[in-house]
Amino acid sequence: MTTVRDSSSAPRPPHQVLDATDIARVVTRIAHEIVERAKGAEDVVLLGIHTRGVHLARRLHAKLTQITGREIPLGTLDITMYRDDLRLKPARALEHTEIPGGGIDGKLVILVDDVLFSGRTIRAALDALSDIGRPRAVQLAVLVDRGHRELPIRADYVGKNLPTSLREAVQVQLSDTDGRDAVLVGDRDYAARSSQALAAQPPADQPLPE
Amino acid sequence: MKRHLVSAADLTRDDALLILDTAEELAQLSGRAVKKLPTLRGRTVVNLFFEDSTRTKTSFEVAEKRLSADVINFSAKGSSVSKGESLKDTALTLQAMGADAVVIRHHASGAPARLAQSDWLHGSVINAGDGTHEHPTQALLDAFTMRRHLNAGAGKDLAGRRITIVGDILHSRVARSNVHLLTTLGAQVTFVAPPTLVPIGIENWPCEVSYDLESVLPKTDALMMLRVQRERMNAAFFPTEREYSRRYGLDGARLAQLPEHAIVMHPGPMVRGMEITAEVADSPRCTVVEQVANGVSVRMAVLYLLLGGAVFADGATEPARPEARTDSSEAAL
Repeated sequence: MTTVRDSSSAPRPPHQVLDATDIARVVTRIAHEIVERAKGAEDVVLLGIHTRGVHLARRLHAKLTQITGREIPLGTLDITMYRDDLRLKPARALEHTEIPGGGIDGKLVILVDDVLFSGRTIRAALDALSDIGRPRAVQLAVLVDRGHRELPIRADYVGKNLPTSLREAVQVQLSDTDGRDAVLVGDRDYAARSSQALAAQPPADQPLPE
Repeated sequence: MKRHLVSAADLTRDDALLILDTAEELAQLSGRAVKKLPTLRGRTVVNLFFEDSTRTKTSFEVAEKRLSADVINFSAKGSSVSKGESLKDTALTLQAMGADAVVIRHHASGAPARLAQSDWLHGSVINAGDGTHEHPTQALLDAFTMRRHLNAGAGKDLAGRRITIVGDILHSRVARSNVHLLTTLGAQVTFVAPPTLVPIGIENWPCEVSYDLESVLPKTDALMMLRVQRERMNAAFFPTEREYSRRYGLDGARLAQLPEHAIVMHPGPMVRGMEITAEVADSPRCTVVEQVANGVSVRMAVLYLLLGGAVFADGATEPARPEARTDSSEAAL
């Protein structure tokens, strides 16, 4: 059976939903929210989840230092060994996990990631945390919550709620790894069909196709 | 990466660095209160030891248990092997029991290769020492130890480093595996041994050979002493132990000739007083105990990379390098 695709079902190219200024504003807002909710962020430990969560955690760390005038412990977490899809993909290279010197026992650990989607990454991160220590509490900060949770997990700090369909792909670009700051949403098919379409973005100074 | 680890010569530079980098991350685990990862939960690993071994067997067992694999220890003594069962029948039995990987030590060179090439087993085969042939995980842990001391950091190799391996090269599977791996990682290897303990055909190996330890010492970054394997010697290879010790043993005076940064290694078990004096063995420059700890991390890395992911139809496992990971921002776990 053949189906004719009309123009409305054609894959949509990625369009930008957050730019560099938006992302900077979001990070500042989340930092203030953390200070407010944690009453000064005295026992806060920030843990960035690889890869882009680590860069976001660094930015959040800089903001928190600026706001509180104190050095907040910052670490990184690789959750590869705790993933539930290890048997579906080739073995992945491990990233660096670094737990701050003071450990996480009795601390308020704030996990930082870029996109909250199925919740499985966070599930793996929670398992990893329970092997590393016993935090007083764990909170979650994400840049984008795109919905479609498969586990009962909710973020405490959300940069932007972004209702999406499962056909869509959300891509976060950060200057540390991608040369510029942006959040893009486009059709998953578009990425698959035009090879590396998401990777081969137009330069930052050119407008994105709408 | 291939599905089996039979020879250090099978490892490309990228494979070797991937294993060393993975081991570096896994080494952190030994400092934690909970020394366990759920990665190999539900997988069965059989330690098939046809030859006595405490160090290697325990090291593999610890590594397997830290990755939550189900471990079955199978030693030839007291098993059907002592009743005359063949390697093939043993392998078929293990296959029927659902072994996902077999760690094999055998007195016959080539036994792990036979197991890997046959269709008796569907799981991965890891060589834990076969006769006088190879011992790849030992070479990996040696390279890991050297990298930590001589060129620490993820992605770093041993380019330009000079490694000297001294002693019973002829019977040493450690020396064979090391020469392949260290050369792959860019190091220069020099063997020092009595002429009777140098294997025939060594001119085809990627290494230099010297009969004079003193002349090599000042330009050595890592000095590896080997055990004289008397149990494999069916003839007289040197006149007396005393003479061997005087010409090829490592004592305090020879240690002083090494450059400041150089380390002394030994795969163990050490015969104190013969190939190494107690003074050197107990010196802070001797990394023997550290090598044992590193062995667990390296074996965990090998087990994870061979067993941790999906196995494709062609039997190969292709670990993704960090730069190839693009799904992070999708959080599509």
